[in-house]
This record gives sequence, C-alpha cells and structure tokens, in this order.
Amino acid sequence: MSRILRSLAALAVAGVLLPTAARAAGEAVPPLRESWPHHGIFGTYDRAALQRGFQVYKEVCSACHGTKYLAFRNLQALGYSEEEVKAIAAEYTVMDGPNDQGEMFERPARPSDRKPSPYPNEQAARAANNGAYPPDLSLIVKARAGGENYIYSLLIGYEEPPAGVTVPDGMYYNKYFPGHFIVMPPILQPDGVTYADGTKATVAQMARDVTQFLAWLAEPKLEERKRTGIKVMLFLIVLTGLLYAYKRRIWADVH
Amino acid sequence: MASDVEPLVLKSPTLRWIEHRLPIIGFGYRHLVAYQTPRNLNYWWNFGSLAGICLMLQIVTGVVLAMHYTPHVAHAFDSVEHIMRDVNWGWLLRYAHANGASMFFLVVYIHIFRGLYYGSYKAPRELLWMLGVVILFLMMATAFMGYVLPWGQMSFWAATVITNLFSAIPLVGESIVTWLWGGFSVDNPTLQRFFSLHYLLPFVIVGVVFLHLVALHTHGSNNPVGIDLTKKDKIPFHPYYTVKDMFGLAVFLLVFAGFVFFAPNVLGHPDNYIPANPLVTPPHIVPEWYFLPFYAILRAITFDIFWIIPAKLGGVIAMFAAVGVLFFLPWLDTSKVRSARYRPIYRIFFWLLVVDCFILGYVGAHPPEGFLVTLGLIATIWYFAHFLIILPILGKLERPLPVPESLSTPVLGRGMAPAPAE
Repeated sequence: MSRILRSLAALAVAGVLLPTAARAAGEAVPPLRESWPHHGIFGTYDRAALQRGFQVYKEVCSACHGTKYLAFRNLQALGYSEEEVKAIAAEYTVMDGPNDQGEMFERPARPSDRKPSPYPNEQAARAANNGAYPPDLSLIVKARAGGENYIYSLLIGYEEPPAGVTVPDGMYYNKYFPGHFIVMPPILQPDGVTYADGTKATVAQMARDVTQFLAWLAEPKLEERKRTGIKVMLFLIVLTGLLYAYKRRIWADVH
Repeated sequence: MASDVEPLVLKSPTLRWIEHRLPIIGFGYRHLVAYQTPRNLNYWWNFGSLAGICLMLQIVTGVVLAMHYTPHVAHAFDSVEHIMRDVNWGWLLRYAHANGASMFFLVVYIHIFRGLYYGSYKAPRELLWMLGVVILFLMMATAFMGYVLPWGQMSFWAATVITNLFSAIPLVGESIVTWLWGGFSVDNPTLQRFFSLHYLLPFVIVGVVFLHLVALHTHGSNNPVGIDLTKKDKIPFHPYYTVKDMFGLAVFLLVFAGFVFFAPNVLGHPDNYIPANPLVTPPHIVPEWYFLPFYAILRAITFDIFWIIPAKLGGVIAMFAAVGVLFFLPWLDTSKVRSARYRPIYRIFFWLLVVDCFILGYVGAHPPEGFLVTLGLIATIWYFAHFLIILPILGKLERPLPVPESLSTPVLGRGMAPAPAE
C-alpha cells in the first residue's frame, strides 16, 4: 500500500520537477474557430438552436453520456412551456421511495427531477464502451480548452487515418482529439435526427446545435450574467466620471 | 492651508458620552480623517487601500459562499454547481470570489512593486514592509487552499503537488505530509481542514493588516520623492485621499466587473470543471497565474546543489526563499536614497526585475522543455542576484541624483522649473 502511495507521490512530484512525459503520438490539430451567437458582450443563446441541440442530445448523445446537473425544469430556459417540460420529463422513469411499505418504486419523472443517467455507475459505462468512460456533458464546454470550438470540431473531425496509421480495434480516427484515437464512434450521421422545425439535419448542423445546447448547459446563467454586467458597467462608468470630476474639484486647491 | 486640521469637536452629547468611555470616534477621526498624508502621492499609492477593499470583498463573498458550499469529497464539486445553478445570484458570488482572488493578487503585486520602486521598505518602515511580506505569505496559503475547495482536477492535483513539496524536508518530510493530509493521500480530511483554514486565515490577514496600518500611521506614508516631508507638504487624508481612493476604486471595479461579467473563466483552468479524480493525472498541472513565477523557481532547480541538497529540496527552498528574501530587503538595499527617481541605475535594475518576473511567469505556465528549462534557471538566478548581489553593491557604487530638501525647494541643476511659491 505505502509503495503505491510513494510512487503516486513520486509521480506527482515528477509532474512538477521533470519535463512532462512524451506527448501522445501526434499533436491534436487546433480546433476550428467558429462564431457563436452567445459569445461577445451582448451575446445571447439562440433558442431555436438550443431546442434542436437538445433534440440531438436526447436522441443521440444521451444513449451514452449523462448530464447530471440537468433538471427537467431547467429546460424552460430553452423556450419550452411548462406543459412541454412535463411531457418531456414523463418520457423518463426515475427511482423514488421508500414508500409507506419501505419499498423503492419507479415512477415517471417530474420537472423537478434530474435527467436519469444512461448507466447506473462508471463501471457499467466503461463495460459498455470498450473501457472508455463517456464523460458527463453538464460542464463539458467549460471543461475543455477551446470550449465550443473544440466540441464542435471534435464532432465533425472524424476522417480516414493518414497513410501508415493503424487505428486500434474499437477506436476511430479524429483529427481534433488529442492522440487522435477516440472510442466514441462518429455518431452524428446525416439525417440522424428529424428536426421538428424542418431544418436540414446535416452533420455540421447537428454538431453546431448540440454544441450550443451544451454551452447553455455548462453556463445556464450566461444571459443573466451579461445583462447584469452591462448595467453594472454603465453604472460604474458614470460613477467613475463623477468621482473623477469630484476628485478634480477637491484637489483644485492643492495643485 | 489644508494642513491645519481642527481638533475633533463632538456636538452631540450622546457621541461625547460614548467618546469619553470608548474613544473610538476620535480614533477614526485621527486615522481616517485628520491623518496627515503627503500631498504628492501618485496613483500607485491607490493600491494599498484597494488591497484592503479586495480583502473585504473576498471575506463578504466567501462567507456567503460558505453558507452553500459542502466541504466533502463526495459533495464539494456538486455544491459548487449548486451555487452556480440554483442559488440566487450564486454565479455572481462565485465568479466574484474566484476572480476576486486574482484581482487581490494583481493589486498586491502592484502595491509591492510600488514599494520596491520608491524604497518604501527603508528606515523607518522596515517592520511595515515585513508585515506586508507576512500578509503575502498568508494570502498565498489562503489562495492555495481556496483553490482546492471546488474539488476539480486542478484542485486535487495542485493540492497533491504542493503538499508533496514538504516531503522534501529531510528525515521528517514524509511524516509532515501525512500529518498535513490527515491520512495517506489528499482526501476528505485534507479537504475539510483546508476549508477550515481557508475560512480562518483571512481573519488572521485582517489582524496583520491592522498591524500593517499601525506601523504605517506611525511614520506616515512614503512618497514619490522619498524624503521625509514637513507639515506643510502634508494634507489631511479626508477629503483628499478619500475621494482619490474612491475614484481609484471605481476604475478598479470596472476592470473587476469586466472579468466577472464578461470573461469569468479566462483566468481559470478548464480542468477544474472536471471533478477530482485521483486516478487520472492532468497532462500538465499548472497553478493559478499569480503563482506561476514561484512555480517556475520551484522547477528551475533540476540538479543537486553541492551534493547535499537534492534537486527537489533545492527547488522547494528556492521557492520559499523567493518570498523570504523580501524580509531582508531593508538591509540588502544599502542605498540611503529611497526613491528610484533619484537612483538612475537602480531604476534600470528595477525594470529588469519586473521583466524577470514576467519571464518567470511565462516559464511557469509552460511545460519545462528545451530552452525554457535554461531560461527558467537564468531568470531564477537573476531574481536572487537582484536582491542578494545587485542591491547591496549598487547602494555603494551608484551616485544618486541630487535629492530635494522638500517638495517646494527646487533642486538646482536638474533643469526643473522652480515650483511657484505658495
């Protein structure tokens, strides 16, 4: 036991004092630079894109990826009505209880419930995915360098490996993934979903939509934050100006 | 003239009754209103009061955050997301607190370099300066432990790396690390004690800040000219510096709000939005930006020193010495002239030190590979040489420019127009 601990400690110190171990074969390509409607000082989320993105997440990604911080009630922020949110929640089953008999029971989800995860635990997820753990997507956009651009690039970055590169069994070649070999298959295929608003479901369209949904999920208070920020900045600019004028007046007899 | 301050006269009998028993009103009057301040302070002198305000903001936001945070390895990360998503204005509190730490260091670093430039550490202000170094140490400990609390990947691995530094201490190192952890790895006991100490240390800082102010008010502020001023070159703190500090605060808040509302995560690391996982080491572990120069110094020592100090211990000693050397600065700098305005050669070395610190920051932010290893070592040597070799010698060799007797007496031969008589 203590040997393991000592080697762990040595590993941590090696991370500090020694040059980092050789990088994984092949540097990842820097992600594409897209423009996003929610970027910039006045940026807001595109509700239609969020709803389409939620549809892609629900019908495609959520088979393997959980979103532990997504409660159904949060979906109202995407522009769904209370009734629609109730209907979406009711499609899922959650475990509740214990009841008066002391037994756990299943019931349809309510808006106050969190969306159930696809796997009961990490081990089950790994067992079903060739040893890889499909990460929870709640914070994925903030948890990856490059944010939206990286997630979008990754989703459309599958291609044939360059000549001479052999992709291990059960893995795929992705231009933007560090090390290039990824267990996640190119799951987005043309017309993989049928959009309710009639938008053509190209791979790029679905990738863009689901990325925006995931950006919202990682930072649901972005709009409130920027709205507040603009008011705060305007207030501070006026205050700064007034204080500067006041300061000049007070100091007039010293200068 | 403004320097003739009237003594405090309390009209209200209630206030007189209180003052007679607890002279707190007179205390506030003497130290915040009538306090005699040099009339020539420039805007670099704003950063002392700004640092105090940063401390207060951190305490206020931190106390409220602690009401919603859970210091347990199974709940810490979730409770931070609970703050971000479900607590009213929780996102604002957390972003203000996280960015507030960065702003606090920014302000304090500027405050320190102002002291270096104008020789504010020289007699009779040595203890004032040393108390400031104590505050810096405490801030670093507090910030480090605060960074661990969200229990993300960087939190966990920063905690592991930094606590492991103590294992470099000969003989007792391993025992000390176990004692710090409260176990055999960074785990729940570590998180809980870090939370406890992260809540405690800011109040210790408040105490040392109070001593810092007592020392400051004993001899008064230094000033850009660096001479001891007579009464006629001083003005009361209020209204002159209260309004100037208010204006400076408003400008500071513009910058602060810019980060909090429009770029709240640029100073953070994406990996800290991944829950801590003891089995997965991030590709490279980097501290927050304000620790990068010290991190570079830690990593610069990659060789054993004189066959007796192993590289790791050498790095740890160098890192702590980088702050520790500041304690001795008042005696290392042998020049009698305070302000760099009258020390043309020191001025060059001052700016070289600033550049050196930026280089160290750059080196600390990148993996130590190739040229950066050498650059880090050179910058580290320069850092220590500045304090241990250059300053002691420079004070003896440098011929300072003529220093004025007072603010209103012109220095002849400097080509400056005499100040108009008042």
